[in-house]
Parts: sequence; structure tokens; C-alpha cells
Amino acid sequence: MSRTTTDLLYLVTIVAFILALSFLSRPDKARMGNWIGAAGMLLAIAVTFAQSSIVSYWEIALGMVIGGGFGAVAARRVKMTAMPQMVALFNGVGGGAAALVSWAEFHRQAPLAGHLKVDIAIAIMLSALIGAISFAGSMVAFAKLQELIQGRPITYPGQQVVNALVAGGALAAGIAIAAGAEEQWLMWVLLACASAFGVLFVLPIGGADMPVVISLLNAFTGLAAAATGFELENNVLIVAGMLVGASGTLLTLMMSRAMNRSITNVLFGAFGQVTATAAAAADTDGGTVRSATAEDVAVMLAYADKVVVVPGYGLAVAQAQHDVRQLADLLEAKGVEVTYAIHPVAGRMPGHMNVLLAEANVPYPQLKEMDEANPEFSRTNVVLVVGANDVVNPDARNNQGSPIYGMPILNVDEAETVVVLKRSMSPGFAGIENPLFFNPKTVMLFGDAKDSITKLIGAVKSL
Amino acid sequence: MSHGQLLVFELTILVLAIFLGFEVISKVPTLLHTPLMSGTNAIHGIVIVGAMVVMGQGHKDTLTWVIGFVAVILASANVVGGFVVTDRMLEMFKRRKPERPAKEDDRPAGPKP
Repeated sequence: MSRTTTDLLYLVTIVAFILALSFLSRPDKARMGNWIGAAGMLLAIAVTFAQSSIVSYWEIALGMVIGGGFGAVAARRVKMTAMPQMVALFNGVGGGAAALVSWAEFHRQAPLAGHLKVDIAIAIMLSALIGAISFAGSMVAFAKLQELIQGRPITYPGQQVVNALVAGGALAAGIAIAAGAEEQWLMWVLLACASAFGVLFVLPIGGADMPVVISLLNAFTGLAAAATGFELENNVLIVAGMLVGASGTLLTLMMSRAMNRSITNVLFGAFGQVTATAAAAADTDGGTVRSATAEDVAVMLAYADKVVVVPGYGLAVAQAQHDVRQLADLLEAKGVEVTYAIHPVAGRMPGHMNVLLAEANVPYPQLKEMDEANPEFSRTNVVLVVGANDVVNPDARNNQGSPIYGMPILNVDEAETVVVLKRSMSPGFAGIENPLFFNPKTVMLFGDAKDSITKLIGAVKSL
Repeated sequence: MSHGQLLVFELTILVLAIFLGFEVISKVPTLLHTPLMSGTNAIHGIVIVGAMVVMGQGHKDTLTWVIGFVAVILASANVVGGFVVTDRMLEMFKRRKPERPAKEDDRPAGPKP
């Protein structure tokens, strides 16, 4: 197949990818868009197979069967609650693949003196660097979300110095490669330092900041793929990689804006380490916590006109989404209006709660974004907070000493009554005291979210 | 096309892709941010093309073979996993509860006899 034909067919793939992304702006068309994207990918693979430079078909096919088989099984088997770590895992392997391609290209081109052009060398260096960071960082994010390692920020003395040294090592090796030093060991140093940096840079980031990190790593893999496109002089890699890079960057900025924090603060702030000062600063008015039984809460819910459910990561942990929907159905049958208020950074990845509730067959028009939900709270009788904490913490509005001060929150305290489902009085993921729990309007229903909701369902039924 | 011209051309499409990416993504509602991430995740699996180019070469030493083989495995996992996970997510987004329209459809359309 000639280069012209190949490039024209790659253009079809590019159009398919763009259509796939545009269709994602409409929930009813999005699924078809995903299939268009997959078809475009299949075309690109077929076109690449037909290239004259490619001769080892069977080896490629074997690799594809192994990798594709793993991907298909993992993607089919994963529970919806484990989706964030699955996205992190697939993101990481993509970054790893980009880094490996650059390594192989460097290995092939560098030994012929003067063969490696400056721009190709820069592309190789960037793709290896970003790809390796994305791979290692995503694996740590995966381990944190899978709870193989603790989700709280991990810090140690001299952390910034170690990070700077490792990043410096990777950059030095990268600059040397870009400057034309065609030594293989430089690539080893680059990959080792970049991987170490990926690990070190995600370790200190707490679970609550995961939506930002995951979308940033997604952008990284896209950029690495685009850089690979420059190495191989391949348009489809450049465009597809950059589309992902741009979208990931935009999503990252949107997430950090939703927390009213700068991206550097999220990445390097080791959020949650401020616990001691925050707990001291939190103004709890010396109030007391009121706890209620499921029966009390059931009465409040059943005789309300309007109930808003505020889901958080605790809902995902307890896998209570189906029970919540069941409770909502019961209430709706009694004539109660039930909606869901979703904070942009609730959960562990962008849009996490929407996916979980969609899994439980909650119709998406009932899911309200923050801007839409906030004006409604003053007209709401009961707010049911299920496993959310920091996103409903009024300190974000009132307490300048709080680390989350300035973060836009769901103003649940404007409602008549707030019911908080919570395991115990321990502070949330960010380790910050929440004055909402001490508010006279608030009642606490202690226990596992799933158990509590099940009890509520029983109590509402027996009314 | 000279190497310089090719580079400028590639940079041009790169910059256009940045603007296109921002434009397309800013229209995606918060509701679909997870499928968006997962969908773009699948799209960067396009790096499989690069892995195939490395692996497909006729004459390669052992190191290249191993690197290429691992790259093909990783990239295919990315592609297949990415699209399948996205499809599973999007499948779940429904406008109405399925049981309701079913009941409405069961009712006879005309006036009762």
C-alpha cells in the first residue's frame, strides 16, 4: 500500500475519533460514537498491517491476542465501583507502550552516527519521558484506588528534594538525548528516572484528589502518543494523541477549578497533611451531634415533598447505588420528588457518581449538577448525604482557616433537615472536621451506607 | 517533501488538534465525564500503530523484539479494554426507567370498549 493511500485511510480514522468525541456530548448518541471510534481504530490497525515495512505479522498478532484478551476480560469482569482503577490501569499501559516505542526507535536510529535528527531526538525524549511518568504514575494510582497501598497522602522528610533530584536526572538525560548524545545508557537513565518520578509524584496525592490526577495522567499518555507520532512521522498518532492530550488537560483544569485549587497545589500540596491545623481551626460551635434511628429518618423521608440525595465516595465503597435507587423508587411511589445532587469532584474520577447511579438505572435527568442543585436546597425538605463529606462541608464557605476554604460546595445546610449517613464520626478523606455534623438541622444515621439504606427501605415500607 | 516542510506540516496539524480537542470536549456535559475519560483513554490506544511499526520490522535484534512485543501487548490491552469499558458505561445511561414506558405501551391505545 502506498504512503498516500495509507495516510488517506488514517485520515478516515482521525475523522472517526473526532466523531466519537463529538457524540459524547449527547447521552443518547454517545454509545454509537464509541463504536465509530472503535471502527476507526480497527481501520488504523488494518492499514498498518498492510504497510510494506511490516513483515512479522504473526508476532504482532500473538501480542495482540495476549494484550487484547487481557483487556477484554478485565474490562468485562470489573465492577462498576472499581471503574476508576480500571481507567487508571488502561491509561498506564498506553503510556508504557508509548515509552517502549520511543526506546525501540532510539535503539534503532541512534547507533548510526548523525542519523538521528534533532526534532526526532526531541520527540523520542519527550515521548519516553512523559510515557514513563504516565505508566508509573498510573500504576501507583491504580494501587491506591485498589487499596493495595494506602490512599492517604504518603509523605516523608526531604520528599521535595528527592523528587527534584529524580526529575533533574530524567531531564538531564533527556536534554543530553535531545542535544544529540547517541548513547544507549542515557535512555536507561531517562526511563528509570521518569518512572521513579511517576511513582514519587502520585504517592503523596490523597484519594480525594484522584479525579484531577487521573485526568492529568490521561492527558500525559495522549501527549506521549502524539510525540510518538513525530518520531514515526505518522499523522494519526499526532492528531489522536493530541486530541486526548487537549481533552485531558481541559478536564484536569475543570476538576481543579471545581475544587478552587490550582493544579500545582493539587499535585504538590500533599493535601490532607494540614489535618492538625484544620481540625483546630474548624468552628464546631461546641455543638452536639444528634443521631437518629432508621425509623425516624424513614418518617422524615416519607412525609417530605422534596428529597435530594447527595452521593459521595462512601456510596461507591459500600456499593449502595442499587439500594439508594430502590429507596428513591419507594419514596416516589409515595409522591415524594427525589433528585440527586452531584458535586463535580465527588468520587475518585470525573463523573464517577453519574456512572454509578446510571448503573443502578437512575434516569439521568434526575442527576443534577452543582449549579443546578444549589438553588433547590432552600426548597428541599430532606437532604440525604450518602458517603459524601468534604463536598458538603460549610467550612469551605465560612472558615478561612480551612484547607478547603473557597471550594464551591453543595449548600445542603440550606435545606430543612440534613440526614448524614456515615460509618462513624471520623473525618473524611481530606482529614478535615465537618461542622455540618454539629448543625442543629443535621441528624446522623451511623452505620455502613448499604446497611443503613436497607434499614431505611424496610422502615419506609412498613409505614 | 523535505524534512523541514514535513515537520512544519506536522506541527500545524498538532496545533489544530489542540484547538479541536478543546472545542469538542468543552461541549461534553459533566454527566458524561467518566465515559469521556474512558473514551479518550481508548483513543490514545492508537499508540498500537507505533508498537506495530516497531514490532513489524524485518531485521531486529533481541532487545527490539522484546520491547516491541511488550509494547504491542500493552497497547492492545489499552485499545480493547478502553473501548469495552466505555461501552459498558454508556450502555447504562438511560433517560427513563425501563419499566415505566413498558407499562405505558401495554395499555391499549384506543378508548376502552
